[in-house]
Amino acid sequence: MVLIISGIGTLIFIYAGGYLQGDPRIGRFYVMILIFMAAMLGVVLADSLLLLFVFWELTSISSFLLIGFNHESEQSRRSAQQALLVTGSGGLALLAGLILLATAGGSWQISVLLHQQTAVTTSPLYLPALILILLGAFTKSAQFPFHFWLPNAMAAPTPVSAYLHSATMVKAGVYLLARLHPVLGGTGEWFYGLVIVGGITAVLGGYLSWWQTDLKRIMAYSTVSALGVLVLLLGIGTKIAVEAAMLFLLVHSLYKGGLFMAAGAIDHETGTRNVRRLAGLARQMPFVFVGITLASLSMAGIPPLLGFIGKELIYEATLEPETAVWQLLLTALALLTNIFLVAASGVIVIKPFLGQPNEDTVQPHHPAGLSLWLGPLLLGLLSLGLGLFSNSTLVAKWLLQPAATAVYGHDLVLKLGLWHGLTPMLLLSGVTIAAGAGVWWLHERWRQGVMAVDAALAPRLGPEALYDRGFDGLLRLADWLTVRVQDGFLRHYLLWIVGTTVVLVGTALLRGKTAVMPSQDLIPGPNEILLTLVILGAAWMVVQADSRLAAVAGLGVIGYSMALIFILYGAPDLAMTQFSVETLTVILFVLVLYKLPTFETKDSTPTRLRNVVVSLLVGAMMTGLVLAANAIPASTHVTDFYSENSYVLAKGHNIVNVILVDFRGLDTMVEITVLSVAAVGVYALIHTRKQQQETAVEERRSES
Amino acid sequence: MARSTILVTATRILLPLMLLFAFYIFVRGHNDPGGGFIGGLIVATAFSLYGIAHGMGAARKLLRLHSRTLIGIGLLCVITSGFLAPLVVGDLPFLTALWGTAVWPAIGKLSTPLLFDTGVFLGVVGVTSMIIFTLAEEG
Repeated sequence: MVLIISGIGTLIFIYAGGYLQGDPRIGRFYVMILIFMAAMLGVVLADSLLLLFVFWELTSISSFLLIGFNHESEQSRRSAQQALLVTGSGGLALLAGLILLATAGGSWQISVLLHQQTAVTTSPLYLPALILILLGAFTKSAQFPFHFWLPNAMAAPTPVSAYLHSATMVKAGVYLLARLHPVLGGTGEWFYGLVIVGGITAVLGGYLSWWQTDLKRIMAYSTVSALGVLVLLLGIGTKIAVEAAMLFLLVHSLYKGGLFMAAGAIDHETGTRNVRRLAGLARQMPFVFVGITLASLSMAGIPPLLGFIGKELIYEATLEPETAVWQLLLTALALLTNIFLVAASGVIVIKPFLGQPNEDTVQPHHPAGLSLWLGPLLLGLLSLGLGLFSNSTLVAKWLLQPAATAVYGHDLVLKLGLWHGLTPMLLLSGVTIAAGAGVWWLHERWRQGVMAVDAALAPRLGPEALYDRGFDGLLRLADWLTVRVQDGFLRHYLLWIVGTTVVLVGTALLRGKTAVMPSQDLIPGPNEILLTLVILGAAWMVVQADSRLAAVAGLGVIGYSMALIFILYGAPDLAMTQFSVETLTVILFVLVLYKLPTFETKDSTPTRLRNVVVSLLVGAMMTGLVLAANAIPASTHVTDFYSENSYVLAKGHNIVNVILVDFRGLDTMVEITVLSVAAVGVYALIHTRKQQQETAVEERRSES
Repeated sequence: MARSTILVTATRILLPLMLLFAFYIFVRGHNDPGGGFIGGLIVATAFSLYGIAHGMGAARKLLRLHSRTLIGIGLLCVITSGFLAPLVVGDLPFLTALWGTAVWPAIGKLSTPLLFDTGVFLGVVGVTSMIIFTLAEEG
């Protein structure tokens, strides 16, 4: 996998240089694709589940940026957002799943988890963990019903499609499944989940790729199909299936990367990707032609290319299950998928390159440059070379055997070869190629009809339509909620915040059943009783006040009394801060209220009653909370540490201050920064408004 | 706002006293109740008192430095005190406290926590005065 990422990545770099030649944004493009490359390597090399997740999300984000590379286009932005939302929500599911997995397996290290299969699969957390992880992997690898984002992601520049959306990123889901197969696999749930989803995806992707006319969309849907095959194979999970999956992973990366780069070269030189408008390109673009032909032959599984061996192994794997029903079903699925893939490769190559040009078709402006054809040609030759020399030790033993061993969980010896004699697999391959040719022939004739059916059904039944409806619904819900909760009245904001707190904390308190009876030492002395009376009186004054200034003065009295209580309980620092803050608050209140009009209308009686109820509830909740907190015996561990070490380590007797500037200095540093940002915010808010008012006045003046 | 003679006269005596008190609170902070945060708040109170008596423009002039500058210097002090240990002394974690040996009058030994607290002090003065001046001058 590392080889695929770095190898194809290098070719993409050379290729992108030619493809985006003269584009002023090429620097940005390189940065984003390098970020992606690093993240992808991180996903593959990480051993910690959390690290893997972080890199996983990074690939989603860089993919979002790359799909939206042409950010002036509405379509690009929409596709980018869609890809981010689909893979992002899958990522959330994955995070939850990984946490459950780590809990079940007792470790965050994948290398440790690999030995915990029994513990994990028998844990009650197994099923939810599996479902969540599968959701993450399926969204990433564009499995049905989440496959729709991938074809839309073709709005990205072609190098991106070739790299992220065929060779690497979409394989991350498959990779994850493969990596976790020794831990999660081997159960009925695993088998059914992967086989059903993978099977549907494989056939559906093949079918959808067959009647497209846009080169990149053909390739995108055939990628979806190939990913389905990979998931299906991992679902079967036998030795041969795993071998087939690993081989097919390599095969697909090689040919699909080449195909995309060739498609990009065609697009770059002719200005279109519509297969109906391309013809006779073989003469004008010989190198691209050779590259794309080799890649297509590999995709179609024609000997002696590597794709043929991959296909043989897939059939071998599907023929393996013991019950005849599954044998039949899986083989039929694989057969159907491969027939469509053969047809799709025919659509890609035959007409655009070998067809007769006519007045509808476009001619290339000039032959593709070296950087544009090098990638496809090299990958095509690799497919051929690896196919011819597949029985050499290099391919079997060094490239694939370690991967297959890691996925399978036990040692295995892998043997590949072009010729196995007359086997059922060879027969199936023959059937595939013949039927594929037939289906290709139907492409021209049936496409109109199929497209009409699709156009009629997709807006109502397709998963993309569901996505759109869900998205609209979410926006409407957000609108509805914002209008209710944030209606622009400060008092209503307060009501929501306070109300939510009361409900949540109150519920927890009532359900907690902690004894909240005041203990003996909480019986107040005369000082406290006096202060409480003062506070109550001041509160009454605030509520009854006819002017805002009186209310503010009342609040000040409450604040100062609180400071006195702090002094009584031996917290001078707190008291001093409370005094200063209280003073400044009163000043600020006065400054602001000075500008407000006097009370003109009082709230209606029901509103006031509601406020009284809410206030009483808040008071009751706070009292309960304090009593409950007091009922729990506090640990003196931290306090002891500070009082012992305050002077020894930090040379200060005032523990509070030592904590502020030394022990927890970083906290203070961040707090003071937040404070500064808040001040700048106040400054900016008020000054911009002032400027706006001034410009408005000037405008009015100039108008009159 | 109308000027009040009583307030103006009282402020003339109160302002230096409050500033001195703020400094005292700030310096004693390490061993007794006090510190940069409270000190900063008292300074800000003193200046707003002056502003109420003489107008916010006068208070702003008296402060000499713009609040923004104060915030900046404060944050700079805080971050410098953190970086002294790893960058100047070397091989120590960020924010490690360093202490001088000489004892100075009134402030005692120089140290990075002192610099840190100075930063907090200046930052609080800057932030609070900025908010008060802005709100008072609005409209």
